[in-house]
Amino acid sequence: MTDSFKQLIDKVGLPRLTIILFLVALMVVATVNHLPTSMLLSNSLVRIGMNGVMVLAMVPSVQSGAGLNFGLSIGIIAGLIGMLVVMEFKLVGFFGLIIALLIACALGAAAGYLYGLVLNRVRGQEMMIGTYTGFSIVSGMCMFWLLAPFRNPEMIWVVGGKGLRMTLAVNDSLAQILDNFWQFEIFGVEIPVGLLLAFGLACLLLEVFFRSRLGVSMKVAGANPVFATSCGVDVDKMRVLGTVLSTALGAMGMVIYCQSFGYVQLYMAPLMMSFPAVASVLIGGASARKATVWNAVLGTVLFQTLLTIALPVTRSVIQGDISEVAKTIISNSMILYALTRKEGDGE
Amino acid sequence: MKERIRQNAVPVLFLCMCILGLLISGQNLRYVTQELISRLARNWFLVLSLIIPVTAGLGLNFAIVLGAMAGQVGLIVATHYKLPGLAGLITAVVLSIPIAVVLGISAGHVLNKARGREMITSMMLGFAANGIYQLVFLFMVGTVFPVKNPQIMLDNGVGLRGTIELKYCKYALDDLIRMKLFGIHIPLAPIIVVILLCLGIRWLYQTKLGQELRAVGQDMGVASVAGINVDRTRITAMVMSTVLAAIGQVIFLQNMGTMNTFNSHEQIGTVAIASLLVGGATVSRATVGQALIGTLLFQLLFIISPAAGQRLMGNAQIGEYFRVFIGYGIIGTALLIHSWERATSQRSASRQTRGKTLEGTGNN
Repeated sequence: MTDSFKQLIDKVGLPRLTIILFLVALMVVATVNHLPTSMLLSNSLVRIGMNGVMVLAMVPSVQSGAGLNFGLSIGIIAGLIGMLVVMEFKLVGFFGLIIALLIACALGAAAGYLYGLVLNRVRGQEMMIGTYTGFSIVSGMCMFWLLAPFRNPEMIWVVGGKGLRMTLAVNDSLAQILDNFWQFEIFGVEIPVGLLLAFGLACLLLEVFFRSRLGVSMKVAGANPVFATSCGVDVDKMRVLGTVLSTALGAMGMVIYCQSFGYVQLYMAPLMMSFPAVASVLIGGASARKATVWNAVLGTVLFQTLLTIALPVTRSVIQGDISEVAKTIISNSMILYALTRKEGDGE
Repeated sequence: MKERIRQNAVPVLFLCMCILGLLISGQNLRYVTQELISRLARNWFLVLSLIIPVTAGLGLNFAIVLGAMAGQVGLIVATHYKLPGLAGLITAVVLSIPIAVVLGISAGHVLNKARGREMITSMMLGFAANGIYQLVFLFMVGTVFPVKNPQIMLDNGVGLRGTIELKYCKYALDDLIRMKLFGIHIPLAPIIVVILLCLGIRWLYQTKLGQELRAVGQDMGVASVAGINVDRTRITAMVMSTVLAAIGQVIFLQNMGTMNTFNSHEQIGTVAIASLLVGGATVSRATVGQALIGTLLFQLLFIISPAAGQRLMGNAQIGEYFRVFIGYGIIGTALLIHSWERATSQRSASRQTRGKTLEGTGNN
């Protein structure tokens, strides 16, 4: 009995097991307290779709050997700019969304390229440098938001007529556009088909990429740089490519997040957004050296479902919104746990 | 000479920025001096608490946030029991020390498991601990801990207020010795405490423990061969740093007078580390002098940047964001330069050895 239990822990991993057990416990409490299960499930699905692409962004950067992308906020900023441009010119519907995604992708790729070049010079310290590059850019962009030449009166401060507001509402034709696409209801659970399709498509494309020649060389470069060099793979280039992909995915992920959330939050709001994404992929079973698309999907599903269910369940027991605190504790402890493991730094 | 300029490039650059900012902002010099002195008196101690881990090779200790939390716990208790003045302050310190010791030991153990990634780990430790701190003081006070005190708690009786006024021990240390020089109020007592700490750190480095800390910082392998218990020494360094940070936070907050229950400690980590780096310290080398000068320059920039932003861009908010940016930016840049240099020196070292081997084979 104890042996098989130990085997289970080894196979699933202690943190993942804890989170699954916690999730099951919450579900039991939810059913016992007669909470609206269908609504909880609908919300979970939306949150999975909202956050999925940003978590997926971790995969290429880990695979290429550049480690977990703690500087995801760089991509997030690119996504915000894409969203803002579309809102400034009042582009609507799917056309607006696609333009936002394109701008986000282009800016993200460009920023990711520069960021990748930096990361190549600071091997072994990517996580720390990434975090502080992200922090610097988010705080530096605060000045940009104040000075940026946006004219749309719905976006800038009423008093003074200059500078973007803290929180901008996405206009109706763009908000939840993916969520509502082909949406249907089954047993009272609303399925945001468009949103999940977008996430699924991103996963599929990434998986296809990893099976391509370029993708395989990237994986090799990440797994064994010495061997890769001897095979004629340019390791530095692969790391840059991984970072570019990661940042571009992060940017597009942010656009998807914003359209589903319905608001664009500026200034210091994106500061800590990369940590839950890092934590999600770790919860899915990834390490700083190994991450697959499956890890990202599983991690997102587990983490987001947990957070969605935790809120109403705890609210039925105690007052106040505990979900932000739970998010902080779970995501940071998860990263901390991964850092103290030996695998965190290669085999 | 060249080496010396290179080493002092960062403080000199910041000095230039400060002078420029001072000229642009056009602020009253007396106001700036008064503000600077009180800021120095409250920040120096915290910045100094960072030095010992750097010496021990643990890098910049982002986990001083843990110590700051311990200090705040002490202050919360002291405020709850309405302990006045110095008595309250001493109670806060005495209460926070055991908490800081426990937190420091745990942090040391965690960092020993994450060798080579100490800084990011200490940062994540701070974030994770902050989550637990929030859980305790937002949800458990009033439910698990039966506390009733409408002055510091939210109206529904659960959780602490976002800002707590420390009216009982405000200025308890600052006003201990009153002194005025050219119309500028000088908080002498905190400055004396800082001087004592500086002397204490000097003294520590002359003791056996200090030598061990240095040895571990230079090379863990060599230190362990020399019979030093490396793990233990590193934990000791963390405990000392955490305890000092706890005391530092109490000194800081008695001057502020109000505590942002859920933010004060978070800001401390960034501000203190940026200050140390502005003084020219690196991830592997930091001195008392660098800490003192760095704090001076960083705080000066802090004081003048909103006014400078107002004058330059017509928007004081720009200056506010500028100082946040400088805080993060200086840490980012310092880390970048450090690991960049290390990578370059490693590469040139490996090239040299390779060259030597080639020479050797050539001779054969």
